Amino acid sequence: MLAVLFENFLKRKVLAVQEFTHLLAGSFERAFSPPHYVIDTLVQMDIIGFGSLPIVLLTGFFTGAVLALQTYRTLSTFGEVGLLGEVVALSIVRELGPVLTALMVAGRNSSGIASEIGSMLVSEQVDAMRALGTDPLRKLVLPRLFATLLTLPLLTILSDFFGMMGGYLVSSSTVRLSGEEYWVRAYQALTIQDVTQGMLKPFFFGVTIAAVGCYFGLHTTGGTAGVGRSTTQSVVAASVAILVLDFFITKFLIAIRFF
Amino acid sequence: MALSLSPTPGPARSHEPAIEVSHVGISFEDKLVLLDVSFQVGRGETLVLLGVTGSGKSVLLKLLLGLLKPDSGRILIEGQDLVPLSENELSLVRRRMGIVFQEGALFDSLSVYENVAYRLREERERDEEKIECRVREVLRFVELEDAIDKMPAELSGGMRRRVSVARAIISNPLIMFYDSPTAGLDPVTAHAINVLIAKLRDTQGVSSIVVTHRLQDAFVLSNYVFSPEKQGLVAARTDGRSGRIDPTRFLVLRDGKVYFHGTREEFVLAQDTYLRKFLI
Repeated sequence: MLAVLFENFLKRKVLAVQEFTHLLAGSFERAFSPPHYVIDTLVQMDIIGFGSLPIVLLTGFFTGAVLALQTYRTLSTFGEVGLLGEVVALSIVRELGPVLTALMVAGRNSSGIASEIGSMLVSEQVDAMRALGTDPLRKLVLPRLFATLLTLPLLTILSDFFGMMGGYLVSSSTVRLSGEEYWVRAYQALTIQDVTQGMLKPFFFGVTIAAVGCYFGLHTTGGTAGVGRSTTQSVVAASVAILVLDFFITKFLIAIRFF
Repeated sequence: MALSLSPTPGPARSHEPAIEVSHVGISFEDKLVLLDVSFQVGRGETLVLLGVTGSGKSVLLKLLLGLLKPDSGRILIEGQDLVPLSENELSLVRRRMGIVFQEGALFDSLSVYENVAYRLREERERDEEKIECRVREVLRFVELEDAIDKMPAELSGGMRRRVSVARAIISNPLIMFYDSPTAGLDPVTAHAINVLIAKLRDTQGVSSIVVTHRLQDAFVLSNYVFSPEKQGLVAARTDGRSGRIDPTRFLVLRDGKVYFHGTREEFVLAQDTYLRKFLI
């Protein structure tokens, strides 16, 4: 009995991976042939990108600020408070900026995508769309994939900048570090590899956020209660996937001696 | 109201039935939904699909639209088998079909105008003047031209179904599917929907399948025809046409199988206990 249950559980998980891969591959395949829904993509860029700006900037700013506060306590024991700009810049640009921005966007948009598409599915709007000759992968999935793929790196750049600004404000007000000392150390510490690493991750995270949201939306069952379930599952799955992906991307970059 | 429908030409020959379903079966995981279902719908005919909840009626409609693939059997629309077709090829076949979903399934974020114009835009029609003209024409057909700028949330249940009919007929379908089009509506609105279905059938020669739980709807479609002169339903025999024009057939699904398929008379006169339950 237990073995059968375990077998069924495994089968469901394997099927989910297969369906997710199919959705992702099918969507990218459609990117190379018409019709393209450019207006829908721009609308989604506005919703996902511009709409996420306030929470991303706030998160970035306060992450940088609190990082400076915490690091200051440690650095002051060694008398190396001057390294504050370097520590904040490296932490933000390499890891915290891309990951926290992606988590914020996932929390806001993966759930939004799943609930919107899920609601359309349970009210037969997706079936109606297909009946009217529209491919839902082209109309619903691809615009969201491209919108997240294009806007997440931009959001990450802004988040990184605001994070360093937060660190600078704390450094100048609490530690009385001069602006020149903070920014010069931060600038000198950052290498092209650090920036590339930090800018590479959002592309993977962006695809993950949109694809997970679309997958759970398009696999919603059980009416309005099912929409709620899909929404929750999409946020959890996207957040976990971002953290797991972050580990493997970093591990891969170290393995190829990228930095 | 004369709606100039010129059906989209298909590859079929004229003597072929509009719809031919042959030994179709489908199951979801371990649950058998349809088994060995076969029937035909001729051109201009109406098939009334009856059955209790969960008997597979809506699944059958989705199979006919190519939204689902059967596990076995063939589905021919205007002579073209849907089963082996890809999603892109199905999109072309679906242009010859229209469907009215149970709750209308209008796109919430689009106005009535945009909902009805949706298919024309998908077919890459760029002339906005032409689109508006056509949208107004079909909205006039369903008597809802005044609601053109409203959002679906502002419409009543009956109005949503009528907009759904307008959206379905905008590209001149040869075949229409109605999934419980009068469910949950008051008798007056339900009658208005029935008039629309008869109007499309009798003025445009559209073949249709009507899924319904309301037997009175089935009998209205069977006993009456739409009179363009009177702009309403008249008893079939008094329409001035020769003989009975009733092209309506009844099909009852039970546990995923065809339990009955025949004319109205055969259905009404059947002594079968299960069929009698529909008539009481």
